[in-house]
Amino acid sequence: MKHSTTFATSALTASLLLSAPALSAENKVLHVYNWSDYIAEETIEQFEQETGIGVVYDVFDSNEVLEAKILAGSTGFDLVVPTSDFLARQAMAGAFMPLDKSKLSNYGNLDPKIMSMLEETSDPDNTYAVPYLWGTTGLGYNVAKVTEVLGEDAPIGSWDLVFKPENLAKLEQCGVAFLNAPTEIYAAILHYLGKDPNSRELSDYKEDAEAFLLMEKLRPYVTYFHSSQYINDLANGDICVAIGWSGDVLQAADRAAEADNGVEVAYVIPEEGALAWFDLMAIPADAPHPDNAHAFINFLLRPEVIAEISNYVWYANPTPSSREFIDQEILEHPGIYPSEETLAKLYGAKIMPAKVSREMTRSWTRFLKN
Amino acid sequence: MSESRQNKRRRKLPSSKYLVLSVPYLWLLLFFLAPFFIVFKISFAEAQIAIPPFSELLSYADEQLQILLNVGNYFYLIDDDLYASAYLLSLKIAAISTFLCLLIGFPMAWAIVHSSPSSRNILLMLIILPSWTSFLIRVYAWIGILRNNGFLNNFLMSIGVIDKPLQILHTDTAVYIGIVYTYLPFMILPIYTALMRIDYSLIEAARDLGASTLTVLFKVLLPLAKGGIIAGSMLVFIPSVGEFVIPELLGGPDSILIGKVLWQEFFNNRDWPVASAVATIMLLLLVAPIMYFHRYQKREMGAS
Repeated sequence: MKHSTTFATSALTASLLLSAPALSAENKVLHVYNWSDYIAEETIEQFEQETGIGVVYDVFDSNEVLEAKILAGSTGFDLVVPTSDFLARQAMAGAFMPLDKSKLSNYGNLDPKIMSMLEETSDPDNTYAVPYLWGTTGLGYNVAKVTEVLGEDAPIGSWDLVFKPENLAKLEQCGVAFLNAPTEIYAAILHYLGKDPNSRELSDYKEDAEAFLLMEKLRPYVTYFHSSQYINDLANGDICVAIGWSGDVLQAADRAAEADNGVEVAYVIPEEGALAWFDLMAIPADAPHPDNAHAFINFLLRPEVIAEISNYVWYANPTPSSREFIDQEILEHPGIYPSEETLAKLYGAKIMPAKVSREMTRSWTRFLKN
Repeated sequence: MSESRQNKRRRKLPSSKYLVLSVPYLWLLLFFLAPFFIVFKISFAEAQIAIPPFSELLSYADEQLQILLNVGNYFYLIDDDLYASAYLLSLKIAAISTFLCLLIGFPMAWAIVHSSPSSRNILLMLIILPSWTSFLIRVYAWIGILRNNGFLNNFLMSIGVIDKPLQILHTDTAVYIGIVYTYLPFMILPIYTALMRIDYSLIEAARDLGASTLTVLFKVLLPLAKGGIIAGSMLVFIPSVGEFVIPELLGGPDSILIGKVLWQEFFNNRDWPVASAVATIMLLLLVAPIMYFHRYQKREMGAS
C-alpha cells in the first residue's frame, strides 16, 4: 500500500515536471511513429538530452496499419516512417507537408544516388521525405540443410532455389516460408519471369497469367505465408528457406549464433536482382510540432547517430559518411551493403493503380485459398 | 457519491421519468444508429486517393445541391464469388460453433443449477474468471497449446496415442476451438438464468405421469428453457459471424471469413466504400435472426 502511494506521488510529480515545460515553451514535445525494433537503444535519449525535446515514441508493424491511420487524418504524430511506395500514394492524398530543407543542415550527407532514385520512383523533387534506412527482400536459408537436401550444387544465390518447382518440392521436407506480402512476392516472381516487377498491366495479375500459374505450382510446397514468424523458425531450424527482409533474416542469423544451436542462417540477394525498399521519414500535414520533427530528422542525418542505428538493427543507411562509424562486419556484408554490381540489379517498388492493386490482392487471396 | 448526487437531481426534475426512459434510446441513437449511418453513407461513395480516402456524396455548387450515390460497390460484391463464399463460410462456422456451445453449455448450466447453493456461486465465478485475462492473451495461449510442438501434441505423443504431431493449428478445427472456448460463457449464463426460473415440480409431474428422461428433456425442460437457449445462441452467433482475431491467429490461409475480407478491403485495397458495403450486408444478414428473437420475446411476454 505504502509502495503504491509512493509510486503514485512520484508519477504525479513526474507528470507535473514533464508537462510544466511543455506548457510554458508550448512545444518541447515530439510524437514519432516508427517501425518496431527499428532504432538504437540510446538514440532517443541522446536527442532528448541535446535538445530538451521530449520524444513520445510509438511503433507499428505494417505499412497498411500506418496508412489507414494517415488516410483517416489527424493522427497527432509529428513524424512517420512509411515505405517509399506507400509514401508516394499518401503524398498524392496530401498527407504530408513539404520539408523545409533550410532547417536540415545535414541534408547534404545523404547519398545523391539514393535521392535521385527516390525522386524517380516515389517522391518527385524529394519534396516530402528523407530516407531513414533501407533493405532488400531476398532469401534467408539454413546453410547446412539446404546443401543436405539439394546437394553441393544447390542454386543458392539464385531465385531458382525457390521459384523452380522441382527445387521447392525437395525443400518442402525441411520447411519453406514466404512473406505474406502480395506486392513483394508478385514483384519477385514477375522479375524472375523476365517481366517488369512493377507491371501495371492488369493481365499480369489475372488467374491465367504466367505469374499466377507459377505461384500455383509453388503453392503446395510452401509451409506458410507470414511476415514475421520466419525469424524465429529460421533461427530454430524449423524451416530451411524463407523469402524475407534482409535485416530480419540477419536478426535470425544473430539469434541462432547466440543460441549456439548448430543452426547457421545466411542471407543472400539473389543474383537476378531483388526488391530494394526504403523507409522514409515524413511529416504529416497536420503535425502539431513540425519544427521538432525537422530537428529530429536533422539529428538522424548525422553520420555517427545513424551509424549507431545501423549497427544495432542491421539495416543499411543512406548516409555514406557514416561508414567510418559502422562495424566492419555489417559494412562488409554483401546482403546489407551490396556491391556495385548487385546494386545495379536492385529495383524499387512503384505504386499501382487502384484496379491493379485490387486484382493483385484478389488473386493473392485466391492463391492462398488453394 | 456521484451516483447519489445524480439520483437527487433526477428526483428534483419533474420530467425525470422521461429523461430516464430516453437514456436507452439515446444510447441506441449514439452508438448504433449514428455509426451505422456513417458506414452506410460511405458504402455509396467512391474510393479516392485523398484524406479521407472516399468521395463526398453531397456537393453544393451554383446553388445546386447534388447527391451522388454510387451503388457499384454493392454490384461488385455480387460479381465476385469471394464475398458470397466468405459470408457463407462465416455463417457456417458461426452456426456450428453456436451448436457446439449449446451442446457443451447446456449440461454445464444444468450442473451448476443443480449443485448446492454454496458451490453454485463458486462455479459461476469459475465460468467468468477466464475473462479477467485479456482475450488476446487467451487466444495466444491456444497457439501454444495447439501448435505442432505444443502442449497438446507433446502430451499425446508422450503417452503414445500418436507418433506424429497432429496439424490442428492453422486449420478450421482450431478456429472452432477458439470460438467455442471464447464464447462459451455467453451461452452458459443465459441458460443458467432460464433453468433457475423453472418450476421443477413440473418435471416431477411429468415423471409421475410416466415420461421417460428423453421425453422430459425435449417436451418439458427444453421448451421451458427456450428463452435462455435463444438468448445464449444469439450472444454466441452474432459476434462469431464477424469474428476476425480468432481466425486470423488460429486459422489457416484458407479460412477466409468475412472479417478477413473486411480487413483486406480496408487495409490492402484501401477501399473504404467496398469495405463499408461488406459491413452493411453483414449487418443485414444479422438483422434477420435478431428480428426473429425480438418477435419471439414479444410473443413470450404477451403469453405470460
